[in-house]
Amino acid sequence: MRELRKTQVAIIGGGPAGLTTATSLAGVADVLLLEREAELGGIPRHSNHWGYGWRDLRTVLTGPAYARRLAGKAAESGAHLLTSAMVTGWDERRLEVTTPTGLLTVEADAIVLATGARERPRAARRIPGDRPAGVYTTGELQNQVHLFGHRIGQRAVVVGSELVSWSAVLTLRHAGVKTVLMTSARPAAETYAAVALAGRVAFGVPVATHTTVTRVIGKGRVEGVEVLDHSTGQTRVVACDTVIFTADWIPDHELAAQLGLPLQPGSLAPLVDAALRTELPGVFAAGNLLHPVDTADNAALDGRQVAASVRGWLADQAAPAAGVRVEPTGPLLWVAPGLVRPGTPQPVRGRLVGWVSEYRRFPTVVARQDGKQIGSVRTPWPAAPGRIFRIPNAVLAEVNPAGSPVQLSLAG
Amino acid sequence: MNSVTSAPTPEPFDVVVIGAGVVGSAVARQLSGYRLRVGLVDARPDVGDVTSKANTAILHTGFDAKPGSLESRLVHDGYRLLGDYAAQVGIPVERTGALLVAWNSEQFEALPGLAAKAQANGYAETFQIDADEVYQREPRLGPGALGGLVVPGESIICPWTTTLAYATEAKARGAVLLLGRRVTGIEVGAELTTLATEAGPISTRWVVNAAGLGSDHLDQAFGYQRFTVTPRRGELFVFDKLTRPMVSEILLPVPSAKGKGVLISPTIYGNVMLGPTAEDLTDRTDTSTSAGGFAELLAKGATIMPELLAQEVTASYAGLRAATEHSDYVVDVDPAQRYLCLGGIRSTGLTSSMALAVHAAELLAGAGLELAEIPEAEMLAPPRMAWIGQVGTRPFADADKIAADPAYGEIVCFCERVTRGEIRDALASPIPPIDRGGLGRRTRATNGRCQGFFCGARVDELLNGGKADA
Ligand SMILES: Cc1cc2nc3c(=O)[nH]c(=O)nc-3n(C[C@H](O)[C@H](O)[C@H](O)COP(=O)(O)OP(=O)(O)OC[C@H]3O[C@@H](n4cnc5c(N)ncnc54)[C@H](O)[C@@H]3O)c2cc1C
Ligand SMILES: Cc1cc2nc3c(=O)[nH]c(=O)nc-3n(C[C@H](O)[C@H](O)[C@H](O)COP(=O)(O)OP(=O)(O)OC[C@H]3O[C@@H](n4cnc5c(N)ncnc54)[C@H](O)[C@@H]3O)c2cc1C
Repeated sequence: MRELRKTQVAIIGGGPAGLTTATSLAGVADVLLLEREAELGGIPRHSNHWGYGWRDLRTVLTGPAYARRLAGKAAESGAHLLTSAMVTGWDERRLEVTTPTGLLTVEADAIVLATGARERPRAARRIPGDRPAGVYTTGELQNQVHLFGHRIGQRAVVVGSELVSWSAVLTLRHAGVKTVLMTSARPAAETYAAVALAGRVAFGVPVATHTTVTRVIGKGRVEGVEVLDHSTGQTRVVACDTVIFTADWIPDHELAAQLGLPLQPGSLAPLVDAALRTELPGVFAAGNLLHPVDTADNAALDGRQVAASVRGWLADQAAPAAGVRVEPTGPLLWVAPGLVRPGTPQPVRGRLVGWVSEYRRFPTVVARQDGKQIGSVRTPWPAAPGRIFRIPNAVLAEVNPAGSPVQLSLAG
Repeated sequence: MNSVTSAPTPEPFDVVVIGAGVVGSAVARQLSGYRLRVGLVDARPDVGDVTSKANTAILHTGFDAKPGSLESRLVHDGYRLLGDYAAQVGIPVERTGALLVAWNSEQFEALPGLAAKAQANGYAETFQIDADEVYQREPRLGPGALGGLVVPGESIICPWTTTLAYATEAKARGAVLLLGRRVTGIEVGAELTTLATEAGPISTRWVVNAAGLGSDHLDQAFGYQRFTVTPRRGELFVFDKLTRPMVSEILLPVPSAKGKGVLISPTIYGNVMLGPTAEDLTDRTDTSTSAGGFAELLAKGATIMPELLAQEVTASYAGLRAATEHSDYVVDVDPAQRYLCLGGIRSTGLTSSMALAVHAAELLAGAGLELAEIPEAEMLAPPRMAWIGQVGTRPFADADKIAADPAYGEIVCFCERVTRGEIRDALASPIPPIDRGGLGRRTRATNGRCQGFFCGARVDELLNGGKADA
């Protein structure tokens, strides 16, 4: 027997995006939030360091404190929050949910996907070698250390040098593990220079740029990794008992894919417009599911944006007009929102977000449609791999909603 | 260490089977159905922890075996025996069928010969189709297929549950599992043979050598020089479950002299697999994957189904076939030494396992081992194995199960939807897992696309019974 539950809004995922959506909508609609973990809060629950909450709460908190704050606000708002409840499948606006108290079918007028993103593990990066224990993603590392207090190892190699990679170094340090090497495939460590410098100075972590891990070695337990230096073509073996694969994000898009929602090829995130509507009427998306990976406060701001759109949908249930796709080219790997629809609000903070494969000091973003340039903006900030590149939405101001797809590229 | 290891041993055994892979476990199950004291010894701390866990997991019809060989007969019989047993105990099997795809005229011209060979192997159901029909069946195949041969009976199976079911049933019937005990020496006496192990000697009347990659070394300990195992590595990619709709059946290449070649097949867990390669090594323990192997897989895959290569990879692994200089299995009984060799069981041992076990019992009986059947009424019912197939109802979707026990509604591994109830059951089972890999083979926990990002720490905690340190 499945219990049937009806609600106006069902939110899938209780991280910063889902919780903020729930809080923003609870006063005006009947809201049910479903979270598969036993605790609300999403990734910040086990990201035990400072740096959370600036843009949405105007304060700086640790990940767990931030998670508690958002969960508390959602609980006070009157939204129904169901934990240990996993959405395992769906059919249009009927969700199949497993909980310890039984199976549910949830029928909703509107659905918000806020399922977040994760790092690709070693196998998904197609790195050969032995298959020993001691290989983690940052997500698992932080779960192991901060939520379970498990011991890790003694000498770690961290693959990647993005913000999350430094987050991994912090966790390793907390767990008493020495980071013996950090590798970066790019010509220079890609995180904000200040963070990288602080990291290097504070922790003395050597960063090998232009370097990839080409093999994992060890029977039973990791014994080392083989690294290839692309500038010299030389390989060497670095002894370690732990390897952390950081960054290389992929959205948790299984549900989106199951329903056949169109995805952005570069990010595999569901395609949305600035109102965070997917291609399916009544189905919305927010947070890192759309932009793998942004900071938590921006995911939370998505929650406010999507709440406004959901309210609009509940009022008229009008199917949105056809949109024009935004196609990133060149070093731009993906942008979100990737769909321009007439009559949509400005995107969150008036900006598109994107991801690049190459560093550009003073980039100009150029939009072209039907063979001609329709907009260009020079950003006062650089485009750097491994972190979100923000693009003023003005670049799309002249898009013809009846025209062909818009190409977005970087000049300079 | 595993509790079964320290069980008191009713020595001397009547028969000790060395090797708790799929073959040795099947033999132990078979022999424990008679009034015999049976031991099953393995160097590894778990059953099925070497080649039997790392194969392509196809239940072969045996259509392309060498007609007249022992392998042909045993694969043919094993196909039916294991198929029936699977239905009885709950080993997941999917009757997908297979399509051999001809990509050039040479391969195309080989198809009628393959159909005739299948017939000679006692399998008459194959039929040839043209290129249009090939693409109707498998629209995602790469361009250029000239035609194909359909083998309706080829099926996919869960290799992990198979070995575990055999060993579980053997244990329930009184066989003693001696895991974590490598056999390092053999001394054949007048009445009894003594097996030296790190954990002390084991005494037995008869010995069955089912030691896979080590079968030639054991054979030499009995004084033979008749075969040498060459570890033939096969590497595979397992693609994300989202790819499963791209492939509806096993897509085989037309076999060449080198063997079956790289294929694409669905897995019983709802993934799609590309592989295996075939590469002769010298190190019998080298189950690492390699850059060269990956490159070969990608090159082969680019012809068969280029679209697949753009998809996410969930796992990669390598298995070692126990290849020998002989084209057939090395099966021989030595009545004087009370010794049976089941050596060089290479690329079809999963399918033939039950038939090999029946054959082994016959050979032992013929050589003088008395096989007194246990009357039907005294026989235990076969075990019911935990279901880890994608098709069929898993506990997370079973309303009645969850109503009776909320632990089946508590999902721990999100990607594979493994519940705490299943993990608890595996840990309390007759042959409990001792590490993540073993738990994964019993439940699929941590085997999904995130490889432990979300659940790894929790799974370790459950494995350690709630204790903090792994
Ligand atoms: C290691 C690490 C360090 C970080 N450090 C910082 C930092 O210092 N500052 C910062 O601002 N940001 C940081 N971030 C990023 C931040 O954590 C994310 O931006 C934020 O968590 C995204 O929020 P979200 O709600 O979109 O997704 P998530 O937080 O990922 O939440 C998604 C939720 O959905 C649930 N879910 C998924 N599928 C289902 C389903 N089928 N059914 C039910 N529930 C489901 C998940 O269990 C999860 O709780 C860090 C991220 C990581 C991984
Ligand atoms: C890549 C690949 C793909 C394959 N695909 C298929 C397929 O699709 N269908 C199919 O039917 N078959 C397939 N096979 C073949 C099948 O996997 C094998 O034939 C089968 O697993 C062999 O089982 P086994 O019990 O003989 O060997 P193993 O599983 O290797 O078991 C032997 C056991 O003996 C133990 N042992 C060895 N020496 C000693 C010692 N001295 N003391 C104690 N213990 C010892 C080992 O620890 C091991 O557990 C494939 C094989 C490979 C490698």
